[in-house]
Amino acid sequence: MSVALVPLAFLMWAVTYPSRALPMLAPGIERLPTWAISYLRLAGPAALAALASVNCLLTAGSPPSLLVGIEPAAVAGCVLIVARTRLLLPGVIAAVVLVAVARAFGAA
Amino acid sequence: MSAERPASTEATRSEPEADPVRASRRQMIRDATAISIYALPVGLVFGLTALQAGYSLVDVVANSSIAFAGGAQFAAAGLVKSHASWLAIAGIVALVNARHLLYSAALMPYVSDRPRRERAAMAHFLTDETFALALGHFRRIKAFDRRGYWIAAMAIFVPWQIGSIAGYLVAGAVDANRLGLDVAFPAAMAGLSLGMVSGRRDVAAAMGAVVVAVLVGLAGGASLGLVAGAVLGPLFGLAVPPSGSEESSAPETPEPSAEAGLP
Repeated sequence: MSVALVPLAFLMWAVTYPSRALPMLAPGIERLPTWAISYLRLAGPAALAALASVNCLLTAGSPPSLLVGIEPAAVAGCVLIVARTRLLLPGVIAAVVLVAVARAFGAA
Repeated sequence: MSAERPASTEATRSEPEADPVRASRRQMIRDATAISIYALPVGLVFGLTALQAGYSLVDVVANSSIAFAGGAQFAAAGLVKSHASWLAIAGIVALVNARHLLYSAALMPYVSDRPRRERAAMAHFLTDETFALALGHFRRIKAFDRRGYWIAAMAIFVPWQIGSIAGYLVAGAVDANRLGLDVAFPAAMAGLSLGMVSGRRDVAAAMGAVVVAVLVGLAGGASLGLVAGAVLGPLFGLAVPPSGSEESSAPETPEPSAEAGLP
């Protein structure tokens, strides 16, 4: 069984742990400028939105092009459901079902 | 950026406070149960996402236990699938998890008297949910409670491990593409991003990130677009005046992603 991505797990830990530990272990480091704190707050939604967009709006080719199909619609449906319910799982399930049904009928 | 200083840092040693501590723990356990129930299926989604990205079962276990960062784990799996460099993955993971800096700072007044080694161990388990449950508990009892913290931590850690492994094993037994499971990853990312939105600045940051990521991605490739969107997106948010919920710099509540069942 491959363990090729185990070092990546340690790398992810290495860039995550400082955020979790530094203010608890080195008091005072949290006194960042207001703009820096605001940037940190905004980095999470921005990074995940960027990730979602390149995965559902761009094709896998090189260079990529805009993707047209059932997948972006399914992701949009997921967003709508999450916006209404504030729950991730129902949105993901709806997106998966939509794509599965579309593929079953040859629409995707 | 400081929470109110607690009257005591070791509630379990104070007999007169024992009942309020137990009552608060019971309340926390009720809240934690709801989170645990939800973390399990979201862990399942991560397991199948990891399978599609080419992880082995050992890789999944290592990711969920060592990195232990739900949203960032999804992000990394997507990047691994698209053959992004590990440097890019590390950068994105650091950005996604940067919010933990604020959580750690908010807990500091409650844990400042604890041994450094204990604080170092606690930090590994500091997720959205752990923060939400533990801070609420500490504020109710106005003190630190070691057992309470570890109950909060395990309420998300254990179901996340079980869900990740089960998802990997189940997804390996089915045709993921035919069942539409490949769309679970971008859907989860989009939903999770929305789950983190709590004001107009978040909306601007997310929308700006999408526009930058797609435009740069079309010109220079998806990986470059992703990094550009993640780094530049927050600048769009900073350009927008904060709404009421965004003005305080110290978090008294976790990011809304905690509601989504992700560590």
